[in-house]
Amino acid sequence: MDLTWIHPIWALGLPVALAVPLGLWMTRVLDPAPDREGRGLDAAAALVLRLIGRPRSTAMNWLEYGRAMLAFNLALFVITFALLWGQNHLPFNPDQKGSLTALGYKDSVGEQHDGADTAVIFNTVCSFVTNTNLQHYAGEQHLSYFSQFGSVMWLQFVTPACGLAVMLAVIRGLRGQRNLGDFWQDLIRSLLFVMLPLALVSALLLAATGVPMTFEGSAQATTLEGGSQTIARGPVAAFVAIKQLGTNGGGFFGPNSTHPFENPNPWSNLIEVVSLTLAPMASVLMFGRMLRERRHARVLFGVMMVMLLMGAGIVIATELQPNSAFHRPDVAVGANMEGKEVRFGPVATATWTAATSATSNGSVNGMFDSLNPLGGLVPMALMMINVDFSGVGSGFLNMLMFVIATVFIAGLMVGRTPEYLGRKIEAREVKLAMVAILIHPLVITCGTALFAATAWGSSTVANPGPHGFSEILYEFTSSAANNGSGFEGLSDNNPAWNTATGVVLLLGRFPALLLPLALAGSLAQKKQAPASLGTLPTDNFTFGMTLIGVVLLVGALSFMPAVVMGPVADSLSKGPAPAARAAAESRVSEPLVQVSKKYQRTLTDVSGDN
Amino acid sequence: MLRDFRTALAACLATFVISSAVYPAVVWAGARLLFPWRAQGSLIERADRTVVGSALVAQAFKSPRYFHPRPSAVDYKADAAGGSNLASTNPQLAELAASQAAGEGATADHPAPVDLVSRSGSGLDPDISVEAARFQVDRIAAARGGGASSIAALIDKHINVSGWILGAPPRVSVLELNLALDAKEADRE
Repeated sequence: MDLTWIHPIWALGLPVALAVPLGLWMTRVLDPAPDREGRGLDAAAALVLRLIGRPRSTAMNWLEYGRAMLAFNLALFVITFALLWGQNHLPFNPDQKGSLTALGYKDSVGEQHDGADTAVIFNTVCSFVTNTNLQHYAGEQHLSYFSQFGSVMWLQFVTPACGLAVMLAVIRGLRGQRNLGDFWQDLIRSLLFVMLPLALVSALLLAATGVPMTFEGSAQATTLEGGSQTIARGPVAAFVAIKQLGTNGGGFFGPNSTHPFENPNPWSNLIEVVSLTLAPMASVLMFGRMLRERRHARVLFGVMMVMLLMGAGIVIATELQPNSAFHRPDVAVGANMEGKEVRFGPVATATWTAATSATSNGSVNGMFDSLNPLGGLVPMALMMINVDFSGVGSGFLNMLMFVIATVFIAGLMVGRTPEYLGRKIEAREVKLAMVAILIHPLVITCGTALFAATAWGSSTVANPGPHGFSEILYEFTSSAANNGSGFEGLSDNNPAWNTATGVVLLLGRFPALLLPLALAGSLAQKKQAPASLGTLPTDNFTFGMTLIGVVLLVGALSFMPAVVMGPVADSLSKGPAPAARAAAESRVSEPLVQVSKKYQRTLTDVSGDN
Repeated sequence: MLRDFRTALAACLATFVISSAVYPAVVWAGARLLFPWRAQGSLIERADRTVVGSALVAQAFKSPRYFHPRPSAVDYKADAAGGSNLASTNPQLAELAASQAAGEGATADHPAPVDLVSRSGSGLDPDISVEAARFQVDRIAAARGGGASSIAALIDKHINVSGWILGAPPRVSVLELNLALDAKEADRE
């Protein structure tokens, strides 16, 4: 019996079911009643807090909270930069990986340069500190085991905890508390009680399915035909668990969860695809419980779910279509399998594609560059709107900005004073929300325009025509959305790309945390007015539909021209028919030669970055 | 401000110990204890303890006597994995499809299943579809001199349906199948 259709039900239904108890658990452990603080399980957090010199929780306003958050991130930045810089002098390096600065890079005309490119370390640190995990290196080729679990994995734990902490502070502001909480306390609790236990369970389950967990260096094999094969391995199970759970997405190996050691079979695939959406889903439910606005939270959850299902539906439909390059009499008609793995099949890969781009995770179990053109549009669109569950903590804050904008627009339309949860939305709040919303299209479109117009971008694309433009657009979108997936044909490990995306990564993260914090701080100062007949309800179907409208109009429409030039044009130019193609090949050989060179370049620097 | 940084450094140390020392140590110990073979990378060894390969990772098979895996964009380098990253509109991909189909002996009457001529995302896909395995039976039978029906029976014996309840496609592991081919031939001699 053919059961392929059942996969999306597992992949998207199971996390919803698990998010309900997890949301309850998170509310209990992250926002305990005052008389339960420091007692029972919370004693563990209290112990760690005492060790770091914060035995008593401090009341912080939004500025103090933001400053503590920034100080922690700055410290993370400096320390991981140093650890990556000196990886060849550090332990746990059985395969003797050299310094990251000695990778060399290709310049804008594709020429290989030896020597230092510190920009790759800058990019990597920006990428992991911002919970993005865009990778311009390939893990198994360039990083020591220590860099993998001591730098990268460390950040994969603390950055979602940091996002969750800021979300907690914002919720307290919406509750009307002037004291937004203690950043250090929220950070340690999120790490100890949410990220750590989830990762432990998931890592052991993954190890059971066959994901390796060893500190021994790569294995040497003599193949059945007598060739030799070096099989890279490492402490993968621990790494992949938190990579999936913390909306991180950076792979241990270059090609991420397509690699059989990261994702050996359909069972590991299920664990990983469920982990993609679990924590972001649970945090929306936590929001409802903490505010005692569970109906409102359910409306937001529903809006996100509808967008996710639409996205998944479209990619599944396009990926079940054949890839136009394989339209040949000697190839049987079948789904698009270029860049996909047989053990998952097209449906599971397509479902994952939607889930990973909605949640700002960015891990992949199939290569996005080889998706059919309209299939490739879906992850791009989900990252452009960037509110569909999105990152742990931070993603919800993105949605909150759109909620404020919706309340404002809806209020204007019916001529009422806009209110959110009983507090007036005034000029200051709307400005903060709109700045947060508009930074995203601004950095994406400006960056794409700059790189598409110059050799920085145009000489690094791997595929000709509109698809090359899509690669540039995708890279900036993924960076700004703190997603980290990519159209990986792009030769992006060079100073221009490393620096530009590094800056975009930071712009995509910190304003998106600080502006909601400021907004919460300002709302907390306002008196809560009791709901009256004049109140615009935010917990019904009408509000949900309005919210979707605003997200699509404000969030997605700004990208329309770019999308038309990229994936839409790509899908319209399906390439010449085989006969016409053969004729064209015999006529002009010059451009094809160039393409071949580019293709070889793609193969030689498959720095599978996801 | 200064106090923030002092706390930040202390918090870095504490979170590092939790996330990068305690956690990996626990997972490592657990995996080693419970799943020792899998933790090492599911390595298959010969009688003399040399490693043939990993049960999870594809290796190159060029000879007509063996089942061929899917083509690899990285030539089956298991220390530098990757896909082709070619777009469907890239003429290069159509060229590769043509040469791959020809290389596998596909014709309009005997078309190759699409997974056998397309590159996987990792370049290390250990599996092929059941159709892709059956497609190769005649070639292997001719090269080995055995009957086609016994090879087809071998495929049927090695179909992996694990995960069917999750919607996973049935598939066969190329290395497993080729080891079985060699074992069968050794038996006969």
